[in-house]
Amino acid sequence: MEAATVARPRKRRSGLSERRLAAAMVSPSLIVIALVAAYPIGYAIWLSLNEYSVRVPGLSRWAGVKNYETALSSSEFWDAFRNTMVFTGISVSIELVLGIAFALAMHQAFRGRAVLRATVLVPWAVLTFGSGLLWRSIFEPDLGFANSMMSALGLPGADIVWLGTEGYAMAVMIFADVWKTAPFMALLLLAGLQVIPDELYDAAKVDGATTWERFRRITLPLLKPAILVALLFRTLDALRVFDLPFALTQGANGTSTLSLYAYQELTANRLVGLGSALSVLTFVTVMIVSFMYIRFVGGNIRGLADD
Amino acid sequence: MTGRRALLWLAVVAIMVFCLFPFYWLINTSLKTGTDLSAANLVPPNPSLDNYESIFGDADFTTALRNSIVVASLTTFFALLFGSFAAYALARLRFRFKFLILAIVLSITTFPPIAIAAPIFKLWTDTGLYDTLFGLVPPYLTFSLPLTIYILASFFKEIPRELEDAALVDGATHFQAFYKVVLPLAAPGFVTAGLLAFIEAWNQFLFAITLTSSPEARPVPAALAFFTGSQQFEVPLGTITAATVVITVPLVIVVLIFQRRIVAGLTAGAVKG
Repeated sequence: MEAATVARPRKRRSGLSERRLAAAMVSPSLIVIALVAAYPIGYAIWLSLNEYSVRVPGLSRWAGVKNYETALSSSEFWDAFRNTMVFTGISVSIELVLGIAFALAMHQAFRGRAVLRATVLVPWAVLTFGSGLLWRSIFEPDLGFANSMMSALGLPGADIVWLGTEGYAMAVMIFADVWKTAPFMALLLLAGLQVIPDELYDAAKVDGATTWERFRRITLPLLKPAILVALLFRTLDALRVFDLPFALTQGANGTSTLSLYAYQELTANRLVGLGSALSVLTFVTVMIVSFMYIRFVGGNIRGLADD
Repeated sequence: MTGRRALLWLAVVAIMVFCLFPFYWLINTSLKTGTDLSAANLVPPNPSLDNYESIFGDADFTTALRNSIVVASLTTFFALLFGSFAAYALARLRFRFKFLILAIVLSITTFPPIAIAAPIFKLWTDTGLYDTLFGLVPPYLTFSLPLTIYILASFFKEIPRELEDAALVDGATHFQAFYKVVLPLAAPGFVTAGLLAFIEAWNQFLFAITLTSSPEARPVPAALAFFTGSQQFEVPLGTITAATVVITVPLVIVVLIFQRRIVAGLTAGAVKG
């Protein structure tokens, strides 16, 4: 008791009060965030509510929700929306399953475990846009490794134009994402596995539980918080996917995504109003999904703020 | 038991091939020239460094490389400076709206960059920041800050409070306790957070292509996009793979050297609850 009162002195000789110091210390970060994220998102909403002259730069007039009507009634938007959801759903599911499998393997005790743990960091360290170029070169028609290998092995499909065919192009994009991020997922989940006490498994073994039962009754439930965080990170990243389709196909052949479509309307077509509306719709989509998640993982965030 | 062991080794080999083969293929391709590029040889038949000579002889590429290093370093510096202040306040000081501020910071990690690309483009054109190296730093910083703050706050929380309290008893201010006691102890946290901030900035693509237009200001990913876009029908496979190797290998080496720190940083949020 004595120590506690001594340790938290109320009066100090100099310096700002704790509250003022806190305000001073968080403000640089908050100012950056306000100037580069909060203000621009407000500005984006404003831009999306106006229409702009293509001929006279800077000329604009109030358009209300017209840009949103145009966006929501265009098939390109819904294609991009569907592609984004398909990409997110499939790639994140595969990443979760592979991530759990990788994490379980990395958790075993064997010689060379450190090497394996280092290896999985390699795909993660490859620049995302660079990895897109890498996969584009592998799936290049004729020249690429995929086709040459298939023809060398006499497999069917040696003449598939991977990135030029709808469906296959999406499959390549998903594969590229899985390659880069399943290992990342595995590392997050491995950290979760490491905090599960061994005694639980020992006790279950004594009770005669099979490997599968131990996995289902102990590993999965106790890994759930780590799984949720990993899913949150990955889902939000996948919903914003931009670099990969840009590098692989420029959005052609069924790989246009929300971010890429908005970007193309803004730059190539110079439709500031429509492009901004599309950007805001992307933002809203991501926000809705993240709020749904944060209802599950909100406790983790609170944990850091509390003492 | 041996069956299980065999299965484990099979899995280990499969994971290593999955992770490393594409990367190996990238290096393999970058060492090929001419007609060898179209052959699926696992080892380049006539290995040559021609592709590397050609990209390093290209002023646009070397300028882009320098630009990327400058922008990523500046971003890392400011992320650590601002981030350590905010992290300390969030981890240690008592004030109102702490949870709200943390929520705002973390919500940035969910932000789609495209949502703010057009407004920032307009603002930067108006203020002269467009197509400058320095103009890239604020948006990069915004996306590097949340993780920096989160990681540093986790590190600060692990430092025993008694050490600061002892300094406070000796008459130090809170800020002195922060930079004389907490900062030196949290040095490993700075390495972790700094590396991740640098990688995040190195990776940024959307702002790189929307906020620059000339080779003088373009960082590497934007230069590469331009590089590939200009020759739609004849992909310069050799030089592109060489360029990708050049921008990736240093990062892979650094990541492998600091792997423990990086894994600790990446998982800081995943297991604490």
